[in-house]
Amino acid sequence: MLETTDVVERSDISTDSGQATEQAAGEQLGSQQTFATTDTYPMDNETVKLEVKDLNLYYGSDKALKNISLQIPEKKVTAFIGPSGCGKSTLLRCFNRMNDLVDSCRIEGEIVLDGSDIYAPGVDVAELRRQVGMVFQKPNPFPKSIYENVAYGLRLQGVKSKRVLDTVVENSLRGAALWDEVKDRLHDNAFGLSGGQQQRLVIARAIAIEPEVILLDEPASALDPISTLKIEELIYELKDKYTIVIVTHNMQQAARVSDYTAFMYMGDLIEFGDTDTLFTNPSKKKTEDYITGRYG
Amino acid sequence: MEITSHTHHISQQFNIELDDIKTHLSEMGGMAERQVNDAITAMIEVDIEKAEQVVRGDRKVNSMEVSIDEECARILAKRQPAAGDLRLVITVTKAITDLERIGDEAAKIARQAMALGRDGAAPRGYVEMRHIGQHVSRMLHDSLDAFARLDLDVALKVVQTDKTVDMEYSTAMREMITYMIEDPRSITRVLNIMWSLRSLERIGDHARNIAQYVVYLVMGEDVRHGSYEEIEEQVQQEQQEQKNSDKS
Repeated sequence: MLETTDVVERSDISTDSGQATEQAAGEQLGSQQTFATTDTYPMDNETVKLEVKDLNLYYGSDKALKNISLQIPEKKVTAFIGPSGCGKSTLLRCFNRMNDLVDSCRIEGEIVLDGSDIYAPGVDVAELRRQVGMVFQKPNPFPKSIYENVAYGLRLQGVKSKRVLDTVVENSLRGAALWDEVKDRLHDNAFGLSGGQQQRLVIARAIAIEPEVILLDEPASALDPISTLKIEELIYELKDKYTIVIVTHNMQQAARVSDYTAFMYMGDLIEFGDTDTLFTNPSKKKTEDYITGRYG
Repeated sequence: MEITSHTHHISQQFNIELDDIKTHLSEMGGMAERQVNDAITAMIEVDIEKAEQVVRGDRKVNSMEVSIDEECARILAKRQPAAGDLRLVITVTKAITDLERIGDEAAKIARQAMALGRDGAAPRGYVEMRHIGQHVSRMLHDSLDAFARLDLDVALKVVQTDKTVDMEYSTAMREMITYMIEDPRSITRVLNIMWSLRSLERIGDHARNIAQYVVYLVMGEDVRHGSYEEIEEQVQQEQQEQKNSDKS
């Protein structure tokens, strides 16, 4: 709690008196990357769901994330944008410890979910991944029926009641805006669905186990424009219930669906702010150059 | 983030398209400027032929507005510009509306000049016309210059001059009214001058609008309904921040 107040105060100082104070504040805190806390830190009215504190990540000797600090607000959509290799997917994967699966990966710093560090010893990673679900670029349904795909997580948790399963499957498919399209063929193989439908099925599977955070890694980049819009519409609806973090290469998509946007470049967080401001009047030149499509 | 240019896109074609709307805006601005100057001259020198020329020329200004608007709509649809580029396109669509109105006002002055040419020159008001005309013409020139060079200082100067013009306009109005009271036979002709002065004052307002768009274009701050002092403060703050970030 103390930490949160500290950050809010810091943002107040920098908003009021501009860059000079911002730098001073940065030095005072001993942070190397002063721009990690940008001058338009907009979290005043938000509840913080996830907080990244001075995160460094190494793949072997390569530093892939450099001193990242940011706060992800609850029940809002936060987008990460940046060129390939800037670390946005790496950062996303930190949120449910997917990077643990990479041998050479080493992490310093903290990621706090609802007040507790997810990298603390003794954290149940399976439970964390239930709380923090993930959807990937390519739809990856299991080679099972539509119904079984959605029910899979629950069965894993030991739920056997058909009544419960039926309800959850229907609600999840409705939540993922897929129910009307598949209600008559729930027991058909999931591979028979179109790419866009498969992606929504995967999202339904993710929300069936009632996560709190949904991570979306390029969820629409393999889909046609109409399916893309359906996914975007879905994201908009899902944020009533879930905290959503999305990585996307499509800047218009980030501008359309997100409330907050973080721009990353070469492992640094360059700018983090509310999406409207970032896309009309960014405060850093690197951000301006990237979102307008200029040479770096 | 203060912008200094709109070039260096990875897409050369996009560079060209943005460059084009800027060039076309400058051309339209130049055209409007000529219309205003010619209208003032036609009025002061009671030159009916020149006045007719201005009235005809307004059509050209109108058609430029339409074609630049189309260009901007195309860029929005095809490129989905962001940040400074988006502000450029928005600024251009707004500025051409003001330029078109400036053209209309110039044509109005020209029509008053034609009326005066037929009825015989007005007994009063030419000094004021020339004086305010010079100010307004300068303002328009500077606002276009500020746009072309993204120059905040020049834009500020235009906003400031508009205050002077407004003051001089009220003074001139009082004088004209006094004169009409003294000599009621001149009312019709003095009214022609008054309408023209009113048009000049409006042109000044439009030039100020364009200058304010330049502030928005460069800094991303909408300063449309602020006082000169507020705008000046914001501009100085931005320039200071820019200096600081250049150093770091």
